Amino acid sequence: MKFGVVIFPGSNCDYDTYYVLKDVLNQPTLFLWHKDRDLKGVDCVVLPGGFSYGDYLRSGAIARFSPIMKEIIKFAQKGGLVLGICNGFQILLESGLLEGAMLRNKNLKFLCQHVWIRVENNKTPFTRKARAGEVLKIPIAHFDGNYYAPRETLERLKRNGQIIFRYCTENGEINEEANVNGSVENIAGICNASGNVLGLMPHPERAAEAILGSSDGLIIFKSILDIS
Amino acid sequence: MKIRVLVSLKNGVLDPQGQTVRHALHVLGYHQIKDVRQGKVFEIELEDIDRETASRLIPEIADRVLANPIIETFSWDFID
Repeated sequence: MKFGVVIFPGSNCDYDTYYVLKDVLNQPTLFLWHKDRDLKGVDCVVLPGGFSYGDYLRSGAIARFSPIMKEIIKFAQKGGLVLGICNGFQILLESGLLEGAMLRNKNLKFLCQHVWIRVENNKTPFTRKARAGEVLKIPIAHFDGNYYAPRETLERLKRNGQIIFRYCTENGEINEEANVNGSVENIAGICNASGNVLGLMPHPERAAEAILGSSDGLIIFKSILDIS
Repeated sequence: MKIRVLVSLKNGVLDPQGQTVRHALHVLGYHQIKDVRQGKVFEIELEDIDRETASRLIPEIADRVLANPIIETFSWDFID
């Protein structure tokens, strides 16, 4: 499977993501530049973490107008797989490929720590290798990860099974204490209605080798590849 | 021509920054402060445009770029 990792000015997890796809998982992987107008035949686009355009205006708000985003929106509308990690998730929200918005973390701190997230729906191309309710240990690193959506949007996300990951305790319990950034309903990741676009705040690429403290993030990439 | 656009969080949307400012003001003894909401101000200079066209353009860019309509609202006015 051919992966494209997009580089925006200020992306800083681009090489980590590239490394995991290319060297840990041995997949053909290339970088896509934000000014590109062509996805170069990739099967899956990854929007990596970082601080595109310095997070000016709002996180992801400027990057969404990049030339490459027009192509990614068309690609996603045709069913192409798009994964947005952290800032990539924020860009997907700003671009309207995913619903909702990000607010500043409830405690106003930049949070950089391992968290546990529970797989709420394992019937997506991004989670099919996880058990239902499986708890994954994956780090977060963000300032604006406090997910918000109006009540009616939330109800629709719930009804359609679009809430994919929720912050939980090590034992999988969903409570306020585990909700590090204050997201509504502990939401850590959602997908679009057709399930081919996923955004999540935790960084699976930083949890892809045991030596880094966890390899739970691999489940997401292996689900995309449909390998065990 | 100069325009000022004010972007603020919608009522009901949590504003952790505004709450922190309010808390700081209380600590300083300003107990009359009931609530604080933090927003953004944009001062935009335009040229080669009449006021009527500007009045159509500004809400468009505020809605499309300056504010995120899911969490924010905006208001604007001519200042020059």
